[in-house]
Amino acid sequence: MTDHAPPSSPDRTSIAEAVVSIESDGLARLESAPRLATLREIERDVLGKRSELARLHTRLGQLPSDERREVGALINAARDRLQSRADALAASFESQERRSRIEAERLDLTEFMSGPLAAPLDAIGRGRGHLNLVTETRTRLEDTFVAMGFAVAEGPEAETDWYNFEALNMPPAHPARGMWDTLYLRLDPPGTVLLRTHTSPVQIRLMESQKPPIYAVMPGRCYRRDTPDARHLPVFHQIEGLVVDRGITFGNLAGTIEAFTTSFFGPGMHSRLRPSYFPFTEPSAEFEVTCPICAGAGCRTCSGSGWIELGGCGMVDPNVFAAVGIDSETYSGFAFGFGIDRLAQVLVGLPDMRALLDNDVRFLAQF
Amino acid sequence: MRAPLSWLRDYAPLDADVADLADALSNLGLVVEGVETVGGGLDDVVVARVVDIRPHPNADRMRLVDVDAGEVETLQIACGAWNFSSGDLVALAPVGAVLPGGFEITRAKKRGEWSNGMLCSAPELGLPEQDGDGGGLLILPAGLAAPGAPLVEALDLRPEVVFDLDVSPNRPDALCMAGVARDLAAALGETWSWPASPAVAAVEPAVGTAPIVVEAPDLCPRFTGTILEGIPDGPSPPWLARRLTLAGMRPISAVVDVSNYVMLDLGQPNHAYDLDQLGGGGLLVRRGAAGEVLVTLDGIERSLEDDDCVICDADGTPVGVGGIMGGSRAEISSSTRRVLLEAAWFSPMHIARAGARLGLHSEARVRFERGVDPQIAPAAVERFVALLATVSGVSGAPALRRGPTVDVCGESLPSGRSVRVRTSRVNAILGTGLDDADMVRLLEPIGFAATEEGGLRVLDVRIPSWRLDAEREIDVIEEVARMWGYRRIERTILAGPPGGSGGLTGRQRDLRQVRTILAGAGFDEAWTTTFLAPGDLERAGLDPVAVEVENPLDRSESILRSELLPGLLKAVKYNVDRQAAEVCLFEIGHVFAPPTGQAITPDETERLGLIIASGVNDDSSGQAAAAAAARTWAYLADAMRLQANTISASEIPGWHPTRAGDILSAAGKRLGTVGEIDPDVVAAYGLQQRIGYLSVSLDDLLAQPRRPLVAPDISRYPASDVDLAFLVADSVPAADVRATLRAAGDDLLEAVWLFDTYRGAQIGAGRRSLAFRLRFRALDHTLHETELAQARQSTIDAVIAAHGAELRT
Repeated sequence: MTDHAPPSSPDRTSIAEAVVSIESDGLARLESAPRLATLREIERDVLGKRSELARLHTRLGQLPSDERREVGALINAARDRLQSRADALAASFESQERRSRIEAERLDLTEFMSGPLAAPLDAIGRGRGHLNLVTETRTRLEDTFVAMGFAVAEGPEAETDWYNFEALNMPPAHPARGMWDTLYLRLDPPGTVLLRTHTSPVQIRLMESQKPPIYAVMPGRCYRRDTPDARHLPVFHQIEGLVVDRGITFGNLAGTIEAFTTSFFGPGMHSRLRPSYFPFTEPSAEFEVTCPICAGAGCRTCSGSGWIELGGCGMVDPNVFAAVGIDSETYSGFAFGFGIDRLAQVLVGLPDMRALLDNDVRFLAQF
Repeated sequence: MRAPLSWLRDYAPLDADVADLADALSNLGLVVEGVETVGGGLDDVVVARVVDIRPHPNADRMRLVDVDAGEVETLQIACGAWNFSSGDLVALAPVGAVLPGGFEITRAKKRGEWSNGMLCSAPELGLPEQDGDGGGLLILPAGLAAPGAPLVEALDLRPEVVFDLDVSPNRPDALCMAGVARDLAAALGETWSWPASPAVAAVEPAVGTAPIVVEAPDLCPRFTGTILEGIPDGPSPPWLARRLTLAGMRPISAVVDVSNYVMLDLGQPNHAYDLDQLGGGGLLVRRGAAGEVLVTLDGIERSLEDDDCVICDADGTPVGVGGIMGGSRAEISSSTRRVLLEAAWFSPMHIARAGARLGLHSEARVRFERGVDPQIAPAAVERFVALLATVSGVSGAPALRRGPTVDVCGESLPSGRSVRVRTSRVNAILGTGLDDADMVRLLEPIGFAATEEGGLRVLDVRIPSWRLDAEREIDVIEEVARMWGYRRIERTILAGPPGGSGGLTGRQRDLRQVRTILAGAGFDEAWTTTFLAPGDLERAGLDPVAVEVENPLDRSESILRSELLPGLLKAVKYNVDRQAAEVCLFEIGHVFAPPTGQAITPDETERLGLIIASGVNDDSSGQAAAAAAARTWAYLADAMRLQANTISASEIPGWHPTRAGDILSAAGKRLGTVGEIDPDVVAAYGLQQRIGYLSVSLDDLLAQPRRPLVAPDISRYPASDVDLAFLVADSVPAADVRATLRAAGDDLLEAVWLFDTYRGAQIGAGRRSLAFRLRFRALDHTLHETELAQARQSTIDAVIAAHGAELRT
């Protein structure tokens, strides 16, 4: 056999030897670093643009092309090993340094509970804070209804299909489900757990757990799969009302809406109903109230009509009563609902609802 | 739906003011979203004759046109359209005219040449585009009128009022002109009647019938087919094209336009197949086969399923998804000479399901899934034939001939239903005082035929075929309310709940109190979105396991928050980026964890999150934020009158390891966490400052027992203050020392508080000095010096014994 590899060029041998010695020397120097700053300096020396390793690279050009690739790989492997060692050492220094910094920062938080009781933010110079516009509006609404004899009921935001749709007279594939774009949760079984699209599930829960008479409002956060715009947010707040008792009429519904309108918006403010459709009420209605901006004179907010559309309402559908086991021959009832954020938007003249999500302190401090 | 008033007037006079008509529609539940006046503002436009056309000396894309507008001299107009020639009659908007949309015509130089007005295209005048004019000028029929005649007179263009109606899903009958007019006529007390139809072409048996086979009568309970010959290939008549345009549809050709017209007029979707393109010359209605595909008219390939109703030609090749959309095969074209007209009724539930699955939206689907009048198909066919006949047979073209209609009717087609309605029930639900005669009078005009059942105050009400939504007594009650008028129902105040069942619960009052306390303490209340982006929890050092949204609007909103912290950190970042110095926010909201045990819904709880980001660095230790968080907890706990509680230092992921602790109740229950957020977490949210945070479970917080409200005895005697400083190990919490002092001071110790802490070289590492002020006072006498000295000593002894402390002197 006379077939053997071509002899290595002298350059190849000398570069390869140099790589070995540079690596072991570099490693030793990295290990010797007493702290992070020193390590960084050594790292620059050993691996930087002006390091011996980098200079070796410039000598690759002298080699024939097949050897160039081979020796290049040698240099890169050495560089990688050095770099990963340097990174490991740096990480260990950093964690040590963090540990000692953290340790030096140890605080006994109970010291701050043991002093004289002062306003907690005095030390950083804060004045009074502010409740959120949505909270303020919700509180005013709750108070208005509480003064009319209503209780306030709440429920979960993540709901089952039954509470959000089926018990509300919308069996699966009911076309009216399309009125609400729904966000479903990735839970088993698929398609059964969702983010409530209205607070109506609380009505169902209330009717399941409490015998009539029921006089309650349900405020809370709701979700719809809508692209946010100036007047809609996919996360919003709603308040609904439910009355179930003997002898409740559509006249009572209209009277209650009117009493609420005058009580909440002030004297001279009125309401009116017109037919509409919701699967869970029949007869169903939309209700409008005197535009609170122009008091009915006509302005931009109400498109000159003097009225703004506030919400929906109607007599509880017998199928809803059937779903919760209330006898619709004995009891009747009505329900209504509207958007809290939307009402707040009109009341304070907020041009774009999306401002609510920013939590800009300059905005929050107005309320 | 867009309803042109002139079209509605086919059915009833409806001559009230437009505003009153709009009110009446809204009060019927056909809510008017807009009233549009179309074709108005054309008073200044005149007919003009093109006299001469010559090139524009300075422009290639424009020509100079002389027109005769009925005046002594012709007018020179610079015009960019090319679809006309000398002698044509065109529409001229002269100088000073204002076109629809407010565009005013002025005398202007165009590329150096005067233009004395504008020659108009159809869209510029708000008129339907003519077939083939390619966006050029509106060319008027030769001899229409003398030059200078007003265009509105020449074309008989009266301004048209169009109502834009929002029709709710329960009113498919109002998705057509006949239905809208029926309601409106009833509300106005006018008589509704079918319009006079053009003479119906006689049935010619010689034209023949097409074989129609319905293999899926449950999906398609009714299917009618009619062969028509002598199909015109031109446009539809101008009046029809104009009505379609006003109703929001684009005129295409006579057959297509008539098909759409009949749907808009009577609510019956229908489809015209090119009979010569149908294999076997007929239609077969069957279920879809798994794996079967069909290219619909919109050019998209759809895969079918067993529950889909497929219309096939007689050879079994699909030509359309029944009730939703036709296929591209057997589509009408200009070469179509024979048509097979389909007018059918499909099961609403199946249409809804198939439509949703295929993601196909069409006018037909909307109507079928809500419920088309199952009895209207034959009338729709007659209307179709009559209208198309008026277009056929002109200028020597063959006249329209129609064969007999094949009507395949299944048992599942809804038919005559009636419902018993108790007058007493109507009044009980509505709060009205109607009698039987009132009900009959209110229901009759909208097709609900009510007959009294022998004076029993029970009516037998026949539901009209077009009201598939009505089937129960309550549905009829709604119709009575609608026709009576919601606003006429007397408003009555509730008698109200008996025995004060209303009001806020204790928890609701407490929650309001928490908010008020925190706002008073200087915090602004935030509300952040419930959604987080993937990675937000990890970045905050929290457990990444969270409930995911199956169909988020955006990936950045695909996770439900399990903590309020990420949202509040983002809110701080938003404000810091806008140069806010101090950001102190709190939020109370629901958080979600995956379901536990047998539950299928997430484990949902309410939490309080409170964040402090101070721009002021009080000292190099940066302790202000953590200190403020701890002080806030103490402040809140005091305001809520919570019993003794403490902070127990602890290493908690996401928190500064030596500056955070669990909040423990007197009974040792963990209520939450307070302290500083780990600087690494803060950095991961793009912030530099120290962040103080308080996280509390609201259920646990509000369940805590409160200190009873008991009026204390207030001493009238002077107090003696004693200051004591102790050296204690860092590991001894100040609160423990204070508790020891309090206990040892007994009844004489009125108050004790920490007023100074000191660390430094003088004391040595690992220890600190805690300086307390003790206020001694007796209830019934002035303290003697010996008494005071004794009390002082016993508190000192207690602290030394309990904490290994050293008194600093």
